[in-house]
Amino acid sequence: MVDASSSAHGDLILKNLTKSFGEFVAVDDLDLVIPEGSFFALLGPSGCGKTTTLRMVAGLEEPTSGTIFIGNSEITYEKPYKRPVNTVFQNYALFPHLTIYENIAFGLRRRGVKDVDSQVQKALDLVELTHLASRKPNQLSGGQQQRIALARAIVNRPALLLLDEPLGALDLKLRRAMQIELKWIQTEVGITFVHVTHDQEEAMTMADTIAVMNEGKIEQMGSPADLYDNPRTSFVANFLGQSNLIKGSIVNSSGDSAVVDVFGTKIGLPIVRNHAHDSSVLVGIRPEKIRIAPVGSHMTGNILEGGVISDASYIGVSTQYQVEMPWGQELMVFEQNDDGTPPLAKGDSVVLSWSPIFTFGLAGDQDVNAGSEAHPESA
Amino acid sequence: MSTALLHTGAQEKKAVLTKKKLLPYWLLAPGIIWLCIFFLVPIYQLISTSTQTQGFGIGTYVQTYRFANFIDAITSSKAQLLRSFEYAFLATTFALIISYPLAYAVAFKSGRWKNTLLVLIVAPFFCSFLLRTVAWEQILGEQGIVIKTLRFLHLMGAQGHLTATPFAVVAGLTYNFLPFMTLPLYASLERIDIRMMEASGDLYANAFTTFRRVTVPLSMPGVVAGTLLTFIPAAGDYINAELLGNPGTKMIGNVIEARYLAIVDYPGAAALSLILMVTILILVMAYVKRAGTEELV
Repeated sequence: MVDASSSAHGDLILKNLTKSFGEFVAVDDLDLVIPEGSFFALLGPSGCGKTTTLRMVAGLEEPTSGTIFIGNSEITYEKPYKRPVNTVFQNYALFPHLTIYENIAFGLRRRGVKDVDSQVQKALDLVELTHLASRKPNQLSGGQQQRIALARAIVNRPALLLLDEPLGALDLKLRRAMQIELKWIQTEVGITFVHVTHDQEEAMTMADTIAVMNEGKIEQMGSPADLYDNPRTSFVANFLGQSNLIKGSIVNSSGDSAVVDVFGTKIGLPIVRNHAHDSSVLVGIRPEKIRIAPVGSHMTGNILEGGVISDASYIGVSTQYQVEMPWGQELMVFEQNDDGTPPLAKGDSVVLSWSPIFTFGLAGDQDVNAGSEAHPESA
Repeated sequence: MSTALLHTGAQEKKAVLTKKKLLPYWLLAPGIIWLCIFFLVPIYQLISTSTQTQGFGIGTYVQTYRFANFIDAITSSKAQLLRSFEYAFLATTFALIISYPLAYAVAFKSGRWKNTLLVLIVAPFFCSFLLRTVAWEQILGEQGIVIKTLRFLHLMGAQGHLTATPFAVVAGLTYNFLPFMTLPLYASLERIDIRMMEASGDLYANAFTTFRRVTVPLSMPGVVAGTLLTFIPAAGDYINAELLGNPGTKMIGNVIEARYLAIVDYPGAAALSLILMVTILILVMAYVKRAGTEELV
């Protein structure tokens, strides 16, 4: 049959990929290049088209239009069993009638590989579950099944490994441990991993590159730090972590920095971080970048006055404030509990400030709340 | 006063607890009583009758613990006994061959027709078993469409016939027990997670290999249930052999019926019934053990 190790290698290239189900366009004219050997995450809320994209790459769904290449060979309409692609399914899909050993050996046997035994042993070693070889899947815990599903896919040395919400069924602690382990395994085996998830923390922990998907399109793609610090749309700003987005207008733009008028206050915005098309802008700042102090304190940088604390929750490492501004908007401020001063109380009048370099600007015509209601149930 | 109150409280609590403990037995009671009257008592009578011998007058028997009744029964009806298992085996095999693709199509390929098809599979039950078998007599009979077609195509001579043949008996058995094969197969196929097949395809198995290595093993509970539900009643059946067969196709059911009703040899009939039951039990146990259903999920 197919010898995955000798067939196509190279970058995964999606060109104009579209998938519609009747009227509904799940994946909309997607262009994407995923470099060979990278750990790539497709991140988005449920229904954004990320799983459909993955299924088209696996061959489980036929694209409505567009092409899929691995390196130079086209696989758009290739049968799933002829693609050098393996999948770690959501809920694992281990074969209940086969032992763990036979589950892992399944792909090798279909391809007629000779040293099945040593390869299965190697895969079991990699996920550290050698002692479970003769068990059946239903005798394993969720975390163990997850590792077996990974071993069953990796043992075939595919050009591309697809992971469909691989950690979704695990509890928080196990999920954290598996995130680190998955990243380690990816580095170890050097296979391209394409990981689909709605969990931003999971994507940020593991992936080299994240593509944030929304309504069948890629909103933004980049490294986790790039996406977090310099989001281009309000969807990305709200979906990946939390953001304060304040309406303003650019009144002066010279050199590296623009001046934005925010309800009468002038604040600085670096030009390179401004993605607005015209003077109408949403000024963005992450809650943990803001410093909060009682009225009268000496502040530098961008300063917003007239805030009143409407809610304060102490959560150990930090205190999270909701601050009501004179124009009625509530801003989030996360303050580290690292300076020995007691947290401010509800009702206190405060001044907010932050360093201008953390400010980002988004096109002013967007929905301020886009992406925040789709926010995953962050654990 | 207060101690008295406490006391009654504790007593009430105890009473409630006893009531709760007894509840399962109350729920089981109707079933247990039913089983005693209609299963245990008849079985006891059957076993008891099987070792009796002729008393004074026709139909009167006395208990003499004559175990030779069993040997007599086997020697006199060995051919019919073997034939019963042979026909039941054939009918089960044909039913499986017909039902598997049918159940597979209904479970995976029928789309919005699924419920309609299921109703059609169950539809024969709306008509009596006896009537349906009589209908087969018509279908395979001299004036029936099957004979006429075969003669028209010159596949059968003018002297050829279908009724009163082993073929008709096996065909009737196959037909009559088909739903018992199809429904458990459907239930077990329908339960298979479609992702198992996707995973198989993802792991380099083509459609046929996926069917052989994943679908069939996962549908084994249905195969076992279906074959048992077909084989057991088919082995004991006598209607099909009676209506569609000839004296040379008599099954053990016919012999038992004749001994009870025509010859009035109750001990002989009872002995044969027990032999049939025990043989089926042994065959089924060996089969289930071999099929290894307990290992399946």
